[in-house]
Amino acid sequence: MSLTLRIIPRLDIKGPNLVKGVHLEGLRVLGKPESFAKYYYEQGADELFYQDVVASLYGRNNLHSIISRTAKEVFIPLTVGGGIRNIEDISSILKAGADKVSINTSVIGNPEFISSASHTFGSSTIVVSIEAIKQPDGSYIAFTDNGRNSSGKEVISWAKEVEQLGAGEILLTFVDQEGSGKGFDLMLAKQICSAVKIPVIIHGGAGNKQHVLDLTKHLSLSGVAIASLFHYDCILHNRQLDDYEEEGNIDFLKSNRVLSSIESTSIKELKSFLIENNIACRINE
Amino acid sequence: MNKPYKIAVIDYRMSNMFSIKNALTVLGFDVEVTSDYSTIVSCDGAILPGVGSFPEAMKNIKELNLDYAIKDIISSGKPFVGICLGFQLLFDKSDEIEDTFGLGILPGEVKSFSELNDKIRVPHVGWNNIKKKQMTNIKNNFDPLMKLKDQEYFYFVHSFYVKPEDNKDIYTTTEHGGHNFCSSILKENIFACQFHPEKSGEKGIRILSEIFNR
Repeated sequence: MSLTLRIIPRLDIKGPNLVKGVHLEGLRVLGKPESFAKYYYEQGADELFYQDVVASLYGRNNLHSIISRTAKEVFIPLTVGGGIRNIEDISSILKAGADKVSINTSVIGNPEFISSASHTFGSSTIVVSIEAIKQPDGSYIAFTDNGRNSSGKEVISWAKEVEQLGAGEILLTFVDQEGSGKGFDLMLAKQICSAVKIPVIIHGGAGNKQHVLDLTKHLSLSGVAIASLFHYDCILHNRQLDDYEEEGNIDFLKSNRVLSSIESTSIKELKSFLIENNIACRINE
Repeated sequence: MNKPYKIAVIDYRMSNMFSIKNALTVLGFDVEVTSDYSTIVSCDGAILPGVGSFPEAMKNIKELNLDYAIKDIISSGKPFVGICLGFQLLFDKSDEIEDTFGLGILPGEVKSFSELNDKIRVPHVGWNNIKKKQMTNIKNNFDPLMKLKDQEYFYFVHSFYVKPEDNKDIYTTTEHGGHNFCSSILKENIFACQFHPEKSGEKGIRILSEIFNR
């Protein structure tokens, strides 16, 4: 036996709230991130991923107090992304209780930041996030700011460069699929897994358990980051989870609707399904 | 049983001490994050945590004179735990970045995974299982993994692995990329592991409790 496939709930956070969008846009408020985190921990999540989705708007990551509260209850690794620009930003997020940081925008213009960050904190602390969007000519370009701005960098060559510079992991998001529930982009996933030796985590597109199996079956993938599938499951099982902060769009919550393309599933259900299909996963007792 | 009360988390200015401190606090211990000699040796047990590079860590340990504190608390017989880089530092030397001498408390060296073969994924990140070995050098019933079933999963994150000189010190092994490496050692009052018990869910937390609740 060796490494298991990591199942990583991804929590997009705006202010005090967990939000979820489609294609990283059109945010809906779902609840308190800490409550979702605790549920995912109990369900057997292998790691958690927090993204401050408005960090670039404010010019900094604002998750410190949420990180600290989470780290007191949840004893699995926590990766935090959004608005990280320099060594001090990383330092303060790690001090708050995170284990790794995820960087995108600031390394596009300044790839050397990957080297200095991995030299200071160890490469395994530095995750580089790549947001891929397919172009009309079939190529894939890396974007920043939740898929809003093109970096002009071709995804696979950027992934190789990122590895060369000392990144410890790559988180690849398919922006076109994100929140759609239409399944992953298997072609690009395959290309990136064979292009680099560092661990690759794929995010964006899971609509059901089968999608996750299709993605992981033939790839030496390190992890899958999942948002909607788990969030909807968490809401279904914890109706009265929180008193919601009246910030942002909560109409979605009041309406009790979920996207018809998303078949919510718990982490436990997903893992049992993968194990039945010979994918090694860790089961939480 | 008497509960030790105070655990020193040895601060050498590079690790994420927060998670180990949190875990120990949840378990009800009094935790002191410190680089002060007398504080460390007066505690009832100590942890050398670690994230970062080996040469940088040794430089800081020397500058802070922590090598004496570590050696003295170990020779006092109190429970001592090394985690991740804190496990690697106990050995003679490492070839991370440049050849660097370690604390030399245990015989052996630290090697790079990427030199093993071209296909191995480095860093080794994620949940992997540990396989217990039959131990011969257990002293005073200090056997922190005693209650664990074989092949339990723990969280790892590292690019280098430890190669102990003395096979008797090897407590568990783990496989990565077709290679079996030493994932923890046990020697008298020293338990040190490559994985992160403080990041391995309830099972990991229980190991820490087992060690210090004696």
